[in-house]
Amino acid sequence: MAREAMEYDVVIVGAGPAGLTTAIKLKQLDSNLSICILEKGSEVGAHILSGNVFETQALDELLPNWKNENAPIKTKVSKEKFLFLGKNSSLSWPTWLLPAVQKNHKNYIISLANLCRWLAEQAEKLGVEIFPGFPASEVLYNEDGSVKGVATQDMGLDKESNKKDTFQEGMDLHAKVTVFSEGCRGHLGKQLIKKFNLDKGKNPQQYGIGLKEIWEVSEQQHQEGLVMHTAGWPLDKNTYGGSFIYHAENRQIYLGYVIGLDYQNPHLSPFDEFQRFKTHPSIRKMFEGGKRISFGARALIEGGIQSLPKMYMPGALLIGCDAGTLNMPKIKGSHTAMKSGIIAAETIIEHIKDKVDLSIYEKKFKESWAYKELYAARNVKPSFSWGLIMGIIFTGIDQILFRGKLPFTLKHKHADHEALKPADQMPKIDYPKPDGKLTFDKTSSVYLTGTNHTENQPVHLKLKDPELPIKYTLQKYDEPAKRYCPVGVYEIQQEKFVINSQNCIHCKTCDIKEPSQNIIWVTPEGGGGPKYGNM
Amino acid sequence: MKILVAVKRVIDYNVQIRVKEDGSGVHTDNVKMSTNPPDDNAVEESVKLKESGKVKEVIAISIGEDKAQETIRKALAIGADKGIHVKADSYIEPLGIAKILKSIVEKEKPDMVFLGKQAIDDDCNQTGQMLAAMLNWPQATFTSKVNLKEKSVEIVREIDEGLETIEVNLPSVVSCDLRLNEPRFASLPNIMKAKKKPMEQINAKDLGLDLTNRIQQIKVDEPPKRKAGIKVANVAELVSKLKNEAKVL
Repeated sequence: MAREAMEYDVVIVGAGPAGLTTAIKLKQLDSNLSICILEKGSEVGAHILSGNVFETQALDELLPNWKNENAPIKTKVSKEKFLFLGKNSSLSWPTWLLPAVQKNHKNYIISLANLCRWLAEQAEKLGVEIFPGFPASEVLYNEDGSVKGVATQDMGLDKESNKKDTFQEGMDLHAKVTVFSEGCRGHLGKQLIKKFNLDKGKNPQQYGIGLKEIWEVSEQQHQEGLVMHTAGWPLDKNTYGGSFIYHAENRQIYLGYVIGLDYQNPHLSPFDEFQRFKTHPSIRKMFEGGKRISFGARALIEGGIQSLPKMYMPGALLIGCDAGTLNMPKIKGSHTAMKSGIIAAETIIEHIKDKVDLSIYEKKFKESWAYKELYAARNVKPSFSWGLIMGIIFTGIDQILFRGKLPFTLKHKHADHEALKPADQMPKIDYPKPDGKLTFDKTSSVYLTGTNHTENQPVHLKLKDPELPIKYTLQKYDEPAKRYCPVGVYEIQQEKFVINSQNCIHCKTCDIKEPSQNIIWVTPEGGGGPKYGNM
Repeated sequence: MKILVAVKRVIDYNVQIRVKEDGSGVHTDNVKMSTNPPDDNAVEESVKLKESGKVKEVIAISIGEDKAQETIRKALAIGADKGIHVKADSYIEPLGIAKILKSIVEKEKPDMVFLGKQAIDDDCNQTGQMLAAMLNWPQATFTSKVNLKEKSVEIVREIDEGLETIEVNLPSVVSCDLRLNEPRFASLPNIMKAKKKPMEQINAKDLGLDLTNRIQQIKVDEPPKRKAGIKVANVAELVSKLKNEAKVL
């Protein structure tokens, strides 16, 4: 029996900044279009995690009146700092020596989750239908191979995929154009890139994992509007990463750590590096006596234009970080994701009205400021493959002297999952025990994310080869999943590989970093996963 | 037959509760809100009864700020026919809620009022009982099975000693236990249909009721942190510690 189907002009997968922007812009251009957004989180914002220092350029274009519409963008950046950390020392880098792209004086410290909630309200006012709790689990194709739409996840299956009493079959959603805006490593985006060879001739995509905590601190420790970044300790010089510390409103500090997933040492644990980072003398004092109120983690795109796939295919567009529009040296992707959404809407209007091919997306995107800034930023991340010092020197020359206009483009040579070296060739790392005040274990951290998946449902982290973790990955790499997963989903118990999928916070790191690409992240039942507040 | 089912918007059960520093309550900003879980069971059972043909109309009611309408819409997406939102911007105690429900019952004249056995935010477990008393209706609480007859309803209740089966005359107030059923998922088409179902809006102030709160909240505090456990060497040490340190023997 055919599944029930609904027809829309445009179906959008993912209610993040890119998807919501597309919907709003489409309605502004033609209020008669029927538009639906599917969102796997239990509400809009529940799966959004970002720094976030926000550049308003794209929002100014989309909703110029945002200041008067009570947008949750209030805290202007008032002061900036950049520190190089040694084990016990810190060196403050003068901000006038920072590349222009790293200056934030016009930007705002925001919660991207709250911005998405606000954008969703604007979209709904315009008549967009948003369905939280409905993951798109499958791409549907027309007979000619073009994208026809998506299907939502079946609900109410038990562990063995038998139907429970509450079983509800997924629905087909058909659209003239389907927009994929799932964010970094979207599980449908990944399939589309493969099926349509969208990454042909591109460098392998580069990723990072970002971990974030929100702290409530005393008035003395708080300086609303202060933006601070660090590089160096506790990472070694061959590992790309650093921290962000943003003083937001209500005596809250958004504290985070980003580590490039091209790290080589399988003994490295991004979660524990982040915890250890907080014990540095110049960081500790900012949080001591304060209270950690939120935790979360999410993979992000670092590949830039060298790795940016083609963003169009028959019947569909791939936008935001589902494609990979984040600007790495800026450590910002919300504004470029939104711009890619604006261009998507303009493209779709021309496509539906004038039958113009969706491939005009490419030209439009290349002419935009978003592409120009990604182009200027392109050489920063690959230069850090030469190590921290060379990376900084090169970036200084590239970004300050030449402003990204050097006449060559450095390449990303390897995919992140190829970067790990065998465990016996790399040093073990002895992480300090958490104290439960400043530093924490994974169990108490996942508790703060509000994560839950209905217990009796199919495991949404699939193994291509169930034997591989014990037979190969454990022996060669000491099973790094135990460490790269920020919430302890993967464990080895009595020589068995255990997947605690109900703890999964949908960060996608396992899908990226597993050395044999043996772990496949698929959508769980709707509404599962974290319930982030103002992340 | 007509059912009035009451639903409350509460902090989602997965969210870790944070107590405000000044002890005046808990943080609700930036927190995911959902329907009180046993209320979901009440809605599910009402809709099941409607599907069985025994009930003609299901009305979902919620009392609270504007966002309580989301909770009503969810009930409408499951299958309730109409919503009533009684707007109230500040906290109302169970007695006040029962008074409001009573006035709505007098207007709508349902044969049964269904509600969750208690709300997971204040854990009072009082509204259903107070409402039944004020209406002078029979009540059945902690219901885990419902058998609706023509003029009465047979109820299985979960009590300390096991299961108790009672029969109450209609009209009556029935409060639901989590084991009553497994609430269904709302489907996409039903969520869309729910947006078009009628929703009546009433201001609590306009009902002419005395809704003054009578309980003074002195302080909200976090529960004490559990101390780390210890390992004992043998039974004798365990017994001695239970006797002398824990003083439970």
